[in-house]
Amino acid sequence: MNAFRSLTSKAILLPVDNVDTDQIIPARFLKTTHKEGLGKQLFADWRYQPDGSPKPDFPLNDVRFEGAQILVAGDNFGCGSSREHAPWALLDFGFRAVISTRFADIFRNNCLKNGLLPVEIDPQTHSELMGELRAAPDAPMTIDLERQQIALPNGKMATFPIDTFSKNRLLKGMDELDYLLSFEAQIAAHEAARPVHDR
Amino acid sequence: MNRPQTLFEKIWQRHIVAQEAGFPTVLYIDLHLIHEVTSPQAFAGLRARGLRVRRPDKTVAVADHSTPTLDKDLRLVDDLAAQQIRQLEKNCQDFGVRLYNLDSQQRGIVHVIGPELGLTQPGMTIVCGDSHTATHGAFGALAFGVGTSEVEHVLATQCLLQHKPKTCEVRIEGQLARGVTAKDVILALIAQIGVSGGTGYVFEYSGSTVRALDMEGRMTLCNMSIEAGARAGMIAPDDTTFEYLAGRLYAPQGEEWERALADWRTLPSDEAASYDQHVALDVSHLEPMITYGTNPGMGVPVTGSVPDPQQITDPNARAALIKSLNYMGLQPGQPLLGQPIDVVFIGSCTNGRISDLRAAAQALKGRKVAPGVRVLVTPGSESVRRQAEAEGLDRIFKEAGAEWRWSGCSMCIAMNGDQLQPGQYAVSTSNRNFEGRQGKGGRTFLASPLTAAAAAVTGCIADARRLLV
Ligand code: SF4
Repeated sequence: MNAFRSLTSKAILLPVDNVDTDQIIPARFLKTTHKEGLGKQLFADWRYQPDGSPKPDFPLNDVRFEGAQILVAGDNFGCGSSREHAPWALLDFGFRAVISTRFADIFRNNCLKNGLLPVEIDPQTHSELMGELRAAPDAPMTIDLERQQIALPNGKMATFPIDTFSKNRLLKGMDELDYLLSFEAQIAAHEAARPVHDR
Repeated sequence: MNRPQTLFEKIWQRHIVAQEAGFPTVLYIDLHLIHEVTSPQAFAGLRARGLRVRRPDKTVAVADHSTPTLDKDLRLVDDLAAQQIRQLEKNCQDFGVRLYNLDSQQRGIVHVIGPELGLTQPGMTIVCGDSHTATHGAFGALAFGVGTSEVEHVLATQCLLQHKPKTCEVRIEGQLARGVTAKDVILALIAQIGVSGGTGYVFEYSGSTVRALDMEGRMTLCNMSIEAGARAGMIAPDDTTFEYLAGRLYAPQGEEWERALADWRTLPSDEAASYDQHVALDVSHLEPMITYGTNPGMGVPVTGSVPDPQQITDPNARAALIKSLNYMGLQPGQPLLGQPIDVVFIGSCTNGRISDLRAAAQALKGRKVAPGVRVLVTPGSESVRRQAEAEGLDRIFKEAGAEWRWSGCSMCIAMNGDQLQPGQYAVSTSNRNFEGRQGKGGRTFLASPLTAAAAAVTGCIADARRLLV
């Protein structure tokens, strides 16, 4: 996992509420046994015409946003299926952070495991940000994980929450499994102490 | 005396392996269910680190998502799907994990076979790389979906790092009218609180309606908790639970059973226990429900009509509704009754159990599927399939003109070739009406098995209560 400290980038605006993971990566692309290469299929049904050519009006196809690493979405992003293919596809496309007013629980967990930062901001800041991006679509903005702060293109600052453990892990690019594996002795003790019927 | 606790808190506390200040809880997992779609990368992770599966005895695998339902021949699905199933076989073999493969008599949708085999038990922590793991909460277990990284964590350590979720009591009162089922209750709940109404919470369903439901109805209810955004849904175990479990293959037997039972009876929430949030739902006047839009919260009584975006003040909600109605090809204000449909899908982990098939058969018996309508009946497991055949339900379906399939996820997720064509309308007993969920461009109305059967015979959205004599 790559470390995440701070990021300054253009942002792509996708002002849709309740984007479910079936839209982020449709189920027919889940037959892969790998994590890589899913970026081409990100938002496939919104992004491509039936003949496979890109839909010109879909924001991810807009050349002005090439190289953007931030996605600004509507409320409740990532609901539905638990597929980790969703953050894998977002990362493979090039995103390092998603901004929304709320994230679905499993999606948020999946993001944090992969170094994709879910940035939850209040609805007012969110609508201000959307207004800014509509006015100046390719204006860069900054996300600072250390300070838990975003800077809107107009320079206005807003904070976002993240639990300390995930933050430290992301800053160091550290994997959760190493931490879990360090509990071997406690896990064994817990197993031994269980009542027989559920040991 | 101890502080009063909820069912959730009791289970949570029993499973804490470690808790360091400022860190998430290391939570022990009793049962880990895996399937072919969300596990390959987790096994690859184990291989890369040289790790084993810590507790193969607490890990159970089944292929269900990409499996064929016309027969059990893998040549019936595309190469990638077949490859994924073979990869699961190889992973289970290499790591010593019990697998219900295509030849197994006990295979089926992961959330159907867990309870059926008695693997799912009260008081357990259960996870699966699948958001509908909440189904198992019907037994008074803490069951939730996880991502593939977490699948790898559980395989390696039998533990997960978790922040403690908040609790919400969902109290459901009232007697359900004839023709109104658990599916209608959960659709009504999600319509009331919205698809993110439960985000951050574990639901505990309580109240007279829940107590009166059989286990299959309770599973339907818990199954769709995720559709309201909830982390999990659970129901306190009671005699209904214990009767269902007694004698099942992996349920405790003999003295063990007695000991387990005594323990399970201590699980229900203490009377004075408190929740972070409360939701109440009165279902005494509830009608059969149906969705009209592209998320499960967009539901109305079947006698209702499509909402009008002009009457919605919140601009985001209005935009979402317009987008949905465009996709669905529906007009604001149009009644749902009489809306023509092309396909009916009866199955899934929400409504693919025997009582669901009985309900559908009851409405289809002696009737014919409307001309031009394709009806797919996919049992939730092979055991459900055998039971249905023993009861002659398959004949009712076939005589009516429906397709009788082998078990699997099938058209719930459309990974195995069972899918809608672009633009087609389906009434489906599954759980998600997201754009393209049942096939690219397909348009889904979610409903109960009864309502689905009524649509099958009339060729349009219909009120099943009129078919029940
Ligand atoms: S039936 Fe549908 S919701 Fe249930 S596990 Fe299968 S794909 Fe998922």
